[in-house]
Amino acid sequence: MKGKLLTGNVAAAAGAMLARVDYVPAYPITPQTEIIETIADWVREGKMDSKFVQLESEHSMLTAAGAASLAGARVFTATSSQGMLYTIEMLYNVSGWRAPLVLANVSRGVAAPIVLEPDHNDVLAARDSGFLQLHSETCQEVTDLVLLAYRVAEDRQVMLPAIVNLDGFYLSFTREPVILPEQKKVDRFLPPYEPVTPLRASKPVSRGSSVFEGFLYSYFRYNQHGAALKAKEVFQKAAEEFEGLFGRGYGPVEGYMLDDADYVIVMSNSFTALGRQAVKRMRERGVKAGLLKLLMVRPFPTEEIISALRGRKVVAVFDQNLAPGSGGILYPEIAGALYHVRGRPNAILPVVGALGGKQTTAKELGAVFDEMITIEREGKTPAPMFLMRGDELTRVKKMISVAEGKS
Amino acid sequence: MATATRFRTLKDMPTEDYISPGNTLCAGCGGILAVRIFHKVLGPNVAWVNAAGCMTVTMSYPLSPLKSNWLYTAFASAPAGAQGVRDALDVLIAKGKMPATEDMKVVVVTGDGAAYDIGLQSTAGAIDRRLDFYYLCYDNEAYGNTGFQVSSSTPYGSATKTTPATAAYPVGNAVKKKDLFEVWRSMKAPYVATLANSHGVDFLRKVEKGTGTRGPKLFIAFAACPTGWGFDPRESVELEKLAVATGIWPLKESVDGVVRHTVVPRALTPVRDYLKTQERFSHLFEPEENAGAVAAIQESINRYWAEAGAREGFQVKLPETPAEKAP
Repeated sequence: MKGKLLTGNVAAAAGAMLARVDYVPAYPITPQTEIIETIADWVREGKMDSKFVQLESEHSMLTAAGAASLAGARVFTATSSQGMLYTIEMLYNVSGWRAPLVLANVSRGVAAPIVLEPDHNDVLAARDSGFLQLHSETCQEVTDLVLLAYRVAEDRQVMLPAIVNLDGFYLSFTREPVILPEQKKVDRFLPPYEPVTPLRASKPVSRGSSVFEGFLYSYFRYNQHGAALKAKEVFQKAAEEFEGLFGRGYGPVEGYMLDDADYVIVMSNSFTALGRQAVKRMRERGVKAGLLKLLMVRPFPTEEIISALRGRKVVAVFDQNLAPGSGGILYPEIAGALYHVRGRPNAILPVVGALGGKQTTAKELGAVFDEMITIEREGKTPAPMFLMRGDELTRVKKMISVAEGKS
Repeated sequence: MATATRFRTLKDMPTEDYISPGNTLCAGCGGILAVRIFHKVLGPNVAWVNAAGCMTVTMSYPLSPLKSNWLYTAFASAPAGAQGVRDALDVLIAKGKMPATEDMKVVVVTGDGAAYDIGLQSTAGAIDRRLDFYYLCYDNEAYGNTGFQVSSSTPYGSATKTTPATAAYPVGNAVKKKDLFEVWRSMKAPYVATLANSHGVDFLRKVEKGTGTRGPKLFIAFAACPTGWGFDPRESVELEKLAVATGIWPLKESVDGVVRHTVVPRALTPVRDYLKTQERFSHLFEPEENAGAVAAIQESINRYWAEAGAREGFQVKLPETPAEKAP
């Protein structure tokens, strides 16, 4: 079956249309805007039976989204970068409300300085918000993961909102073939949303009530954690059904050339494709290289990571984000997952790269594999790698001298 | 203009209550009284959408004094919450997913901190979008729930915890109260009104008028605050009456931009009598009277009523200001 050429943004909008969402509150931000423009268009042309409304900020957008979900609507919305940061207060509220909406985040580095291309500091700022997080490598995954996200979020054992992440530019504005699932089958996979206790005249409810004692607060928080953990199993079952219906299978993690791999790089989102190339090149050189892709970031797929990485010689975690003063954000999570494991890798190498969408070559990733091999051979403690090429540094220096009026 | 109303005298106050007694608010709270009266007019089918404030703490899991729906959102975005609820109800009814009998009036309820300050952006957005909702602001003229800090609703001359009166700052808060009524009116909200619990019939009629108006509707309820303002809780309603009598709290409405004062005192009581009843203004009188500040407050009230009278064709006898008294 041949797909239609769609940008990641249109693929996200298509996911929302196929999910027959009732309500789309929106606010523009580059590189997400095409999603809401597409939906606005489809709604006004009568192709999509939803109510679309543009709010005056992302904070309000997510408030409206969560409130509508509590009133019983299936809700889709989208944001990026600064918008994600602006919603943070509401992310925590909406997940605490157990409002199972889906938010597409089009990753873009966060200011300052202002940048348009992707890294994952935006979506990982939502890491602890209680939203489930599914990260896509391709435009096909964007559509599919939106559908899977609704299925998991609305499951009675879960009832949590979900973020589907796609990289700005690399996916958002890149046309890739996407096979759009057949509506009839989607309807079977994703029946209409049945809210548990919606706001209703005949059966009033209080939502977002305060609790003034720590034990009660702890109870609700632990409950949310339990539901988030449960989401993995629910996702796996839903993904099996999805594969049966549509022929495409997904797991919380995905391996590439992992079987006999000694050196494994862990990656997520669109740059994973570059990782695959690098692995192939290393294999051509006779290095037993492999790649592990994280599709699910929340809940954190600890068991899958352990079984994929146990027994490897060296693992590198490629973080396309930076926590200044600490390093990559996912590194400690992966190292933590492996710490107690017998047969854990001899070393875990922290790598930070592709910030603000910095072009990254397969050669740079090759250097990461070379470093892993050196670490194994010499038994040395891994030192964090921050990827930047010499030619890039030369350009920086040139620009500084222009800024200083020297040339 | 004579319009049909259910409310002729206080005896017409509906006996149904949708808020149970025994909630967690302070004795003499003007805010909860306003919510209670407001609810009587709207009837049972209401979805309240709240931002952080005194009302938030009345909904303490697993208890609620309300017989209607409640959603706490966040400090800055209750009107956006109302947008989500209203839109969801509309789309669910339109798609046949919810019977129209389940529909509700969507009401934002916040204090002045949310209405005048942190929530003004989301309020403006909801007004721009002509959202069909009610906004009830219980205005106690400061951040009451956090212990009485200045808001842009705090009147000139009030001390608050963050604008204390000191030798260097003898007035306390030296900034004039923001005119939220005019902010809403300038944004073409179809109905804007001020309320006082002491003027029940006026209160009931305005809310009734609001129910017949589609679009964004604001009700600013004067909410006497015994703990913040420093007065005996039993005086709460009397104090609101005095605020109206002095003209510092004008009762008025705006219908499609046309303003009308609904209660016009024949002669204003000097504002000094009002200021003296509350601890928050005590620095204006002790250890000695700050005649300049008191006169400034009186002058501003006098100017307001003279201008309003000229516009609407009524005359109010104004108290003399100390400056006028002086030879």
